[in-house]
Amino acid sequence: MATIEVSGKTYETDEEGYLVNLGEWDMDVANYIATTESISMTEQHWEVINFLREYFEEYQIAPAVRVLTKAIGKKLGAEKGTSEYLYALYPYGPGKQACKIAGLPKPTGCV
Amino acid sequence: MADVVAPPYRVIPIIPALIPGSMEGLKPFVANDKINTAIGFPGELVEDWHDKAIAKMGELLSKYRSLKVYMDACVHCGACSDKCHYFIGTQDPKNMPVARQDLMRSVYRRYFTLPGKLFPKLVGARDLTKEVLDEWYSYFHQCSECRRCSVFCPYGIDTAEVTMAAREILDSIGYGQKYSNEIIGKVHRIGNNLGLPGPALRDTLEGLEEDVKDATGVDVRFPMDVKGAEVLLITPSADFFAEPHIDSLIGYAKVFHATGTSWTLSSMASEAGNFGMFIGNYDQLRQIALRIREVALELGVKRIVVGECGHAWRVAYSFWNTLTGVGDGADETDRFAQMLQKQLDHRYKQPMHICEFTWDAIERGALQFDKSKNDKHIITFHDSCNVARGSRMGDFAGGQFEIPRNIIKTVANNFYEMAPETTCEQTFCCGGGGGLLTDDLIDLRVKGALPRMEVLQQVVDEHGVNFMATICAICKAQFTKVLPIYGFDRRLVGGVHQLVSNAIILGDK
Repeated sequence: MATIEVSGKTYETDEEGYLVNLGEWDMDVANYIATTESISMTEQHWEVINFLREYFEEYQIAPAVRVLTKAIGKKLGAEKGTSEYLYALYPYGPGKQACKIAGLPKPTGCV
Repeated sequence: MADVVAPPYRVIPIIPALIPGSMEGLKPFVANDKINTAIGFPGELVEDWHDKAIAKMGELLSKYRSLKVYMDACVHCGACSDKCHYFIGTQDPKNMPVARQDLMRSVYRRYFTLPGKLFPKLVGARDLTKEVLDEWYSYFHQCSECRRCSVFCPYGIDTAEVTMAAREILDSIGYGQKYSNEIIGKVHRIGNNLGLPGPALRDTLEGLEEDVKDATGVDVRFPMDVKGAEVLLITPSADFFAEPHIDSLIGYAKVFHATGTSWTLSSMASEAGNFGMFIGNYDQLRQIALRIREVALELGVKRIVVGECGHAWRVAYSFWNTLTGVGDGADETDRFAQMLQKQLDHRYKQPMHICEFTWDAIERGALQFDKSKNDKHIITFHDSCNVARGSRMGDFAGGQFEIPRNIIKTVANNFYEMAPETTCEQTFCCGGGGGLLTDDLIDLRVKGALPRMEVLQQVVDEHGVNFMATICAICKAQFTKVLPIYGFDRRLVGGVHQLVSNAIILGDK
């Protein structure tokens, strides 16, 4: 198993750099994973991450892109409730890239 | 990601210059112990892998007569050599279908033919060494089982079956691929490839009901687990999750609404995809398919309709009958298959593709469209490999090509074909099929998309095409990812029922 180390703390990851133990996630490791994805986290990035984690807690999976855009739009204003907005924040796709930073498992299948 | 670049278009699309070894050592992530054992495979490469692999190969050769014929029949004529999208994109000679097959054929000769046993060097026979095994792992994960090469083979050798056999042997010795095997585990555990649990599915469907109501003012339902519904819709779980897939799901629901059909999705069989086929494992193929039978019996449905998913339709059309009893030909001793045969309404095709369902409704005059709603789209159609070469639609030859196109032409005004040597039965794979739609193979996926991107570029230049419709979840996900790398908008790809959804006129029912 691969690991990453941030500020003296070790986190177990899978081959693709997704955290193995969801409970280990914290902001330090999120910031670190973001840098490996060439993303510098802003308040807007965190809004998405926080929603993903809340949704995951309830449903045990990341939300569909459509559910995410709608929820972000409701919470933060219609201008942010678009997939363009989410792709601008997470260019490799909000599903996978944001999940990785949020410490959630990678969505699999034909997505 | 940043270093993945699209190869340049070929000036004249002929056989590319060879770059030997260009994809050597490419190795998608190997499934770990936990993933493998969950689906009954050895956790890791077993110690006596050599003997086990040869024994497995012998078993497959005796079980599948076709495999033995494919091993023996090839005369190396070369007709297939430049027909593979991965060969065209990677220029690696081992990705010529004949050369990829020969990775297995050479081992077959060594262990299963007399000349190969006696004079291996003279007949190109090779021992199965660890190097050869690694080569198998690498190159049999550079084939998407799309069967384009088979169309051109004068002996009709089905290359996909060779790839499936190789993967089956690899799995039997604990050397399987993470992407496919992890997904198969999720289907057994949760009900779909995505790992979407029932409550999340229900939440998503309720959200869609709200969205459609907001957009149209009509109460279009997305029912789940409804006993006594007439139609059970089996669709790829990506339709519940990803863009643009979800827009086609909305299209199916609108068609069911407009035709007054009672229908349901199932939380337990919330997956049309069947990766058991990709890894060539019959038991997995069957177990995954049986979830659908169980649900169909439990809900008492009369019809089973399959959503936009390429390989699922191949499995449904070609294999569900003997696997589950959906369609004709269930084993007489298979009690549940017989029960299902009696339960289903045979006035209708079983199973039925959603495109057949919609086209039938169009022909009956049951659906009305405002074509101008799709006027912003200038459309082309990408045939998906498994639909094109592994199935059919309707009751006439070539229905799988005509019916989706007929639907598009009914719901939209602007339609242009891509170059004929790249459509219908000669279609190119999207580059992500057959269990290769994984991030660790993104470089291969981009290269494999080259021939499709070249002809797409032609219709973009000539006709201003801005929408490539397709009926496969893998194609949709693959193109969404690779289109931007070729300089196109990711939203250029979408579903046929996405177009249906745009144009359909919903009456009050």
